[in-house]
Amino acid sequence: MAAGSDGAGTARDRVRGIVRDDDRPSVALVLLAGGVAAAVLTPLLWLLLRASTIEPTEAFSLLTSPTAIDVLTNSLGLVALVTAASVALGVPLAVLTVQTDLPFRRFWTVVVALPLVVPSYIGAFAYVSAFGPNGALAGLLAPLGIPVPTVYGLGGTTLVLTLFVYPYVFLTTRASLLSFDESQLEAARTLNHGYRAAFRRVILPQIAPGVTAGALLVALYTLSDFGTPAIMRFDVFTRVIYVELNSFGIGRANATLFSLELLAVTAVILALESRVGGDGGSGYGAPASAKAVVPLGRYRWIATALPALVATFTLALPVGVLAMWLVRSGPGYAGGGLAFQPEFAFNSVYVAALAALATVLFALPVAYYAGRSNSWVARAAERATYLGYAMPGVVLGLALVFFGIHYAPAVYQTLPLLVFAYVVRFLPQAVGSTRSSVLGVDPELIGAARVLGAPPRRAFRRVTLPLIAPGLLAGAALVFLTTMKELDTTLILHPTGFTTLVTYIWRVQEAGYYGQAALPALVLVLVSGLSMIPLLRQRGDDA
Amino acid sequence: MHNDVRIDDPMTETFEAEPATGADADADPGDPVLELDGVGKRYGPETAVSGLDLTVRDGELLTLLGPSGCGKTTTLRMIAGLEAPSEGTVTVADEAVAGDGTTVPPEERDVGMVFQEFALFPHLTVAENIAFGLEDPASEAAAERVAELLDLVGLGEYGDRTPGDLSGGQRQRVALARSLAPEPDVLLLDEPFSNLDVRLRVAMREEVRRILEEAGVTAVSVTHDQEEALSISDRVAVMHDGHVEQVGSPAEVFEHPESRFVASFLGQASFLPAAVGEDSVETIIGSYDRDLLEGITDEYTGADVDVLVRPDDLRATPANESEADGTVVRRQYTGPSFVYHVELADGNVVRCLHNHAEDFDVGEPVGVTLVADHTLAWYPAER
Repeated sequence: MAAGSDGAGTARDRVRGIVRDDDRPSVALVLLAGGVAAAVLTPLLWLLLRASTIEPTEAFSLLTSPTAIDVLTNSLGLVALVTAASVALGVPLAVLTVQTDLPFRRFWTVVVALPLVVPSYIGAFAYVSAFGPNGALAGLLAPLGIPVPTVYGLGGTTLVLTLFVYPYVFLTTRASLLSFDESQLEAARTLNHGYRAAFRRVILPQIAPGVTAGALLVALYTLSDFGTPAIMRFDVFTRVIYVELNSFGIGRANATLFSLELLAVTAVILALESRVGGDGGSGYGAPASAKAVVPLGRYRWIATALPALVATFTLALPVGVLAMWLVRSGPGYAGGGLAFQPEFAFNSVYVAALAALATVLFALPVAYYAGRSNSWVARAAERATYLGYAMPGVVLGLALVFFGIHYAPAVYQTLPLLVFAYVVRFLPQAVGSTRSSVLGVDPELIGAARVLGAPPRRAFRRVTLPLIAPGLLAGAALVFLTTMKELDTTLILHPTGFTTLVTYIWRVQEAGYYGQAALPALVLVLVSGLSMIPLLRQRGDDA
Repeated sequence: MHNDVRIDDPMTETFEAEPATGADADADPGDPVLELDGVGKRYGPETAVSGLDLTVRDGELLTLLGPSGCGKTTTLRMIAGLEAPSEGTVTVADEAVAGDGTTVPPEERDVGMVFQEFALFPHLTVAENIAFGLEDPASEAAAERVAELLDLVGLGEYGDRTPGDLSGGQRQRVALARSLAPEPDVLLLDEPFSNLDVRLRVAMREEVRRILEEAGVTAVSVTHDQEEALSISDRVAVMHDGHVEQVGSPAEVFEHPESRFVASFLGQASFLPAAVGEDSVETIIGSYDRDLLEGITDEYTGADVDVLVRPDDLRATPANESEADGTVVRRQYTGPSFVYHVELADGNVVRCLHNHAEDFDVGEPVGVTLVADHTLAWYPAER
C-alpha cells in the first residue's frame, strides 16, 4: 500500500517536473521570440538613424515653419472633430440598441456596427465620386448651372471618417452598457430619479471608461489614416509624409521629422488609452438582463430614423454609388490604358497569402513564449510586436524605404520587403489569437505526452500544435483579409509593375476614372465584410 | 443611539417605550398604508399574479412567503412601479399609484426598495449612495441625514468607502440606509438575505428588524425562507400560484394553516389519514380523542380526513415486529436532534422528532404515537 502510493507520487512528481521544465522555455524559443521582436522593432531604428543625420537647427526650423504648424493643427483638429462626432453618434446609437424597446433592435445593432467593414478610403472614394467636382452630383447639377459645395478639406474629411469609424465608440459603449447592472437603474428610479437623471448620475459615470476607450481608438485611427485625408485633400501628417516621401532632397528630411512628430502624438494617445484600460471593470454587480428597460412610447418608430439615417450614409450611399459607376461604366470603357485585369486580383490574393503565412510563422514563437511564461522578457517580446499597431502605415513605409535605399538595395521594391511590412503591421492580430489558444492548452497535457515517452519536440508537434491550430488559422485568416485591403504600405512599397486591387483603385481614383474603381472597390468591401466574421465571433462571447 | 435619529412617524413612541411584538401590532392595527385590490399581472399567456388583495398597515412588516415562481417578486415590483399591473389597483398612502388607466412611475412614488443584489452604485461612496435619493444631495441637511442613517445602520465610520470594499452584510446595511433616506411611505425588501451566507443571515435578520423598527417604517418583504418569514414578520402572507393563500401572524399561519398548501409548505409537514368517528378519530397509529382535531363538527362524523402532523407532534417508540406501526426508513441528524422518517403500514411516511436519548436504526420496526399537546389542523381527504 505504502509502496503503491509512493510509486504514484513519483509519477506525479515526474509529470510536475516535466511541466516545470516546460514552464522554463528553451533557449531556442527565447532566442526566436527575441529575434522576432527585434526584427519588428527595426523600422523604428531606421527612422531614428535617418533622423540623426538631420542637423538640429535645420530640424528646428523645419518643425516650426508655418507649413509644419499648419499640418500639426490640421491633424489635431481633425482628430478632435472626428472623435467628438463619433461619440455624439456612437453613444446614442448604443443606448438606443441596448436599453430601449427600439423596433428590430438586433437588426439595427448589426447594421450600425457594419460601417466598420467599409475601408474608410473606399468610403472617401465613394463620397468624392458622388459629390466631388467631377462626381455624379456635379454632373447632374452642372447643366443647370448649380455649383456643388466642395467635399474636400476639413469638413468632408471629418464627415467621411466619422461615418466609418464611429462604430468603435458604438461597440465599446455597447459592451459597457451590456455589462451594466440594470437593477441599479431600478434602484435609482425607486430613489426618485427619472431615466434622464439616472442616466446622468448612474449610467454615464459607469460607461465612461468604455466610451473613452472607443474614442481613443477613433483618435488613433484618425491620426494614422492616410487614404481618407489623401482622397479628401486635407493636409494632415499622413498625407504630407506621403507627398514629401515621393519628392527628393529636403522632402525626405521633412517626411522623417513629420513621422517622428506623428509618432509622438500617437504615443500620447496610446498612453491615455493604457490608463483608461486599467480601471474598466467595476468589479461587482449582477450580470445584466437582456430586457429593454426604457420604453420609448410613441417615439418608438420615430427613433428608428437615427439608425436608418446613419445606415443610409454609411452603407446604402457608398455601395449605391459604386454600383452606379459599375453599371454606368459598362464593358470596354477603359480610360488612359488603365483597364482592369484579373491578374490584379490574383496579385492581391497571392501577396495576402504570403503575408498571412509569414505573419503566423513570426507570431508563433512570440505567442507561445508569452502564453507559457510570465517573465519580463516574454512580456517585452509580446509588447514589441504591438509596434505595428501604433506605427501609422505611412511611417512604416517611409522607414522601410530608408532601409531599402541605404542598407539593402537588393530587397528595395521587392515582395519580401512588402511582406515584411505586412508582418510588422499585422503581427499583433496573429499574436493575439495564437496566444489565447496557447493559454487554452493545459500544461498537464504536455506533461502527460512526455510521461508517455514523447520528447519535447514531438510533444509540441503532436499535442500542442493540433490544439492551437484553430487559433493560428483564425490569426492567418484575419491577416489575409486585412492585407487584401491595406493601402498605406502597399502603395509605398509595392514592386514596380506589381499591381494589386488596392494600388489599382488608387491609381484610377487619382486619375478620376471612377467607373474603373467600382468593381475592385466592391470586391474589397466584400473582403472586409468577411474579415469581420472572426471578430464578431470573438465578440459573441461577451455580448 | 437612536436619540439622534429623527423620525416623524407616530409609531416611534411605541417602539421607544417598548418594542412592539407581532401580537401587539395585531391587537392595535394602524391605518392602511398600502392596499392592493384585485391586482393581477399577465405576461402574454402566462399569469404571474391574479386577483391579489392585500392591506399593509402603518408600521408593520409584512412578508410575502412562497416558493419560487409564486408571483411574490412580481407583486413587489408592481408595488414599486417597476412593473405595471394588468388589472386591479395599488394604493400607497391613499394615493392610487396604479390601476384605472394610470401608472405613477417609480420615481414619483414614495416607495423605497432594497434589491436582492443590493444594487449599490459602485462608482459612488457609501455616503454618496445614501444621499442619492435626497432632494439636494450636496446640502448640509443631506449630510446630516446621511450621518444619522450611517449611525442607524451601525456604519458610522464607513461613509468614505466604496461598495466594492464592503462585506455582504455591510452592503446590505448601506442598501437599507439608502432606501430609508428619502423617508418612503413603504419600504420593499426583495429576498434581502438571500445574498448573505448562512451565519450572517440569522444575525442580519435581527439587525434589519431592529433598524426597521427604529425607523418606524412600513415594510413589505419577500422571501422563500419560512424561518426568516416567521421570525421577523408582524404578519405573513403565504403565496401560491399567483394568489395569497393565507394572511396572518406567524403563529396563526404556522399553527392553523387554512389550506393544504400552506400546511405542507410550512414545517416538515406530513398528512395522516384518519376516519372521524362520533367521539374518536381512527388512524393507522391508533385511536385518539376527536377533540384533538381543530374545530371538528358533527357533520364530519363518518368522513375521511387528512390530519396535519409535524415532527414534534409524533414520537417513535421501541416495538417488536408484531406490534409495530411502521419501519424507520431514514435518520436525519439535524444537530440538536434526530428526525426519524417512519414508513407506516399503508405506505405513508411520517416524521418523528427525537432528542439524542432514543436511538433507532434504519430498518428497525417502531411504534408511532401522537404526542401533540395542541389541536391539529385537518383537511378533507383527497382520495
